[in-house]
Amino acid sequence: MLAVSNKQKDSTDAATSQLRSRPAAASVIIIGGLVGLALAMALSVTFGAADISFDMVWKAVFAFNPDITQHQIIQELRLPRVIGGAMVGASFAVAGALMQGMTRNPMADSGLLGLNAGAGLVITLCFAFLPGLSFNQLILFAFIGAGLGAGLVFGVGSLSRGGLTPVRLVLAGAAVSALFGALSEGVALHYNIGQNLAFWYAGGLAGTKWFQLKVMLPWIIGALIASMMLSRSITLLSLGDEIAAGLGQRTRTIKFAGTIIVLILAGSAVAVVGAVGFVGLIIPHLTRFLVGVNYRWIIPCSAVLGSLLVVLADLTARMIRPPYETPIGALIALIGVPFFMYLARKERRAL
Amino acid sequence: MKSVPALSTDRLRARHGAIVMSILGILIIGVFIVSMNTGYIRLSPLEVLKTLFGMGTDQQSLILFGFRLPRIVISVLVGVGLAVSGCILQGVSRNALADPGILGINAGSGLMVMIFIGFYKDTAGAPVFMLPVLAFIGASATAALIYVLAYKRHEGISPIRLLFNGIAVAAGISAVTIVLTLIIDPVKYQFVATWLAGSIWGSTWKHVLALLPWIVILIPFVIYKAKVMNILNLGDQLATGLGTSVERERMKLIGASVGIAGACVAVSGGIGFVGLIAPHLANRLVGPKHQLLLPTSALTGGLLVIVADTIGRTILQPTEIPTGVVVAVIGAPFFLYLLAKSRS
Repeated sequence: MLAVSNKQKDSTDAATSQLRSRPAAASVIIIGGLVGLALAMALSVTFGAADISFDMVWKAVFAFNPDITQHQIIQELRLPRVIGGAMVGASFAVAGALMQGMTRNPMADSGLLGLNAGAGLVITLCFAFLPGLSFNQLILFAFIGAGLGAGLVFGVGSLSRGGLTPVRLVLAGAAVSALFGALSEGVALHYNIGQNLAFWYAGGLAGTKWFQLKVMLPWIIGALIASMMLSRSITLLSLGDEIAAGLGQRTRTIKFAGTIIVLILAGSAVAVVGAVGFVGLIIPHLTRFLVGVNYRWIIPCSAVLGSLLVVLADLTARMIRPPYETPIGALIALIGVPFFMYLARKERRAL
Repeated sequence: MKSVPALSTDRLRARHGAIVMSILGILIIGVFIVSMNTGYIRLSPLEVLKTLFGMGTDQQSLILFGFRLPRIVISVLVGVGLAVSGCILQGVSRNALADPGILGINAGSGLMVMIFIGFYKDTAGAPVFMLPVLAFIGASATAALIYVLAYKRHEGISPIRLLFNGIAVAAGISAVTIVLTLIIDPVKYQFVATWLAGSIWGSTWKHVLALLPWIVILIPFVIYKAKVMNILNLGDQLATGLGTSVERERMKLIGASVGIAGACVAVSGGIGFVGLIAPHLANRLVGPKHQLLLPTSALTGGLLVIVADTIGRTILQPTEIPTGVVVAVIGAPFFLYLLAKSRS
């Protein structure tokens, strides 16, 4: 028994080690990325309508004095905002990485596959019909919505003759997003909650509160840890279902677990920031390019780079035209769209 | 001997097509009448009839001639236009999923119109006849962009690259549009938001007049080109072999499609899916020959939008549900159904 499982383990290790992977590059990215993230977050906290020095930020965090207005601003507005940005970025990026690994589909991203739209629709419905909902409950609804969107897209994709091709997924995702978007718009117009929702949809971190973060953090951290634990299996799945099954992976169980993690990550991120697309598309590709195809490295690197992207995008969004804020969803789409086109162009397989 | 049955199938098909089109026409007229009766203020059929012949009260004729009729006429025209536009795109790209909405052409003309409305001093005084022209410019620019992006040397245009680039360009333009909606002032915001959701806002006779020339000139042109479209459908090589200058004909047809779609978007905002569903339904009804397919698509599209507009105006009174929302709710599931049935 033991011998067999050892042998099995050896063969999986052999399969993984044959893959192109660069642990050294990955370590550099993780350490460098975290340093960069810390700098970007610090910069983001100091930047805004009220000018605040680094020194003040330090004091506000480690020697908080409620009598000082600037400490208040930092504690109540800016800190939750940057932390929220980092969390959301990590969530979208890791969700994208998991989806791309599990489906072997280069176009997988929570925005393109209807998850964001599903969560958005359910949240709109909550705004309209259950206005007294606590944030805790809202998040659970967002998970359900994300699941609804994903289920519909994958269902339609896999029902079709010829199975789930990337083209079908993207088209089904576009149609489901259009449908959910239209329904949300209809509900928003009818109940006159359009303006409340508009900014949120476009993707804004401005309203992030501590209590939201407190609710989110356990979910996101739990999901990130779980995705790390799953990373080896994801690497094998990314080689193809048959190979993974041949190497003794329970592909069905892994896919199920992976899907739940993706729903939690995307759902909670949408609940905080609204439907921001393309993070989950760009970051995993970039990461794979930098560190190779081993998901043990891809997942943590994606998390770090995703955080960095969203924090920087949020900073830029506030710098473009102060005191107004440009929605970061739109900003990231402006980077993401050319990237998507590049992928579509490069893709040689029958997409 | 053999040519006789072939001729008669052609005739049979034509007769079948004529019957289908008459039924669609009658349905449109039926919904037209129902739509005239319904609304925030109900008018009974008799009152409508009286008012039509100039015997109604002032209030009744204002409602009917001033508000309701132009809007109904526009919804039919927009449906006709978008359906024909989609039919052309599907024929030309030989891709069953092409549609001005999915390809981003609606988004492009929408952006132009939005910039104009957002930054023009007052919405009411905006020169209405400019809108379709602006929308056409936006739509052409977008179409050109997508075409260039999807073009690869030695390979030309592949339908899938066209579709992907269209989706991407649509996403990019929507992002820009969202940024702009937040810059413009809140009063205009509500208007622009409703417009973007695909609500028939331009409901005066002026808008009818602004839209009409585009429809009246371009649609007969396209129907005149029906034979060319049948040939293009055979594939580039065969079409070239048959003596068609493929690229030039394709550009003409795409130009017409973009023109029609742009003008429709200018008065109706982002009504998606019409251009997708109507040609498919028409194909089921009369088959793939463009001589029949184009007019049948046009009628199907007109019927679809007039039904959606009537539902949108009545279902949740006094709020109006934008027609685009209603169409999407009907259209998106149908699209998904088509997708599930399609072979890659």
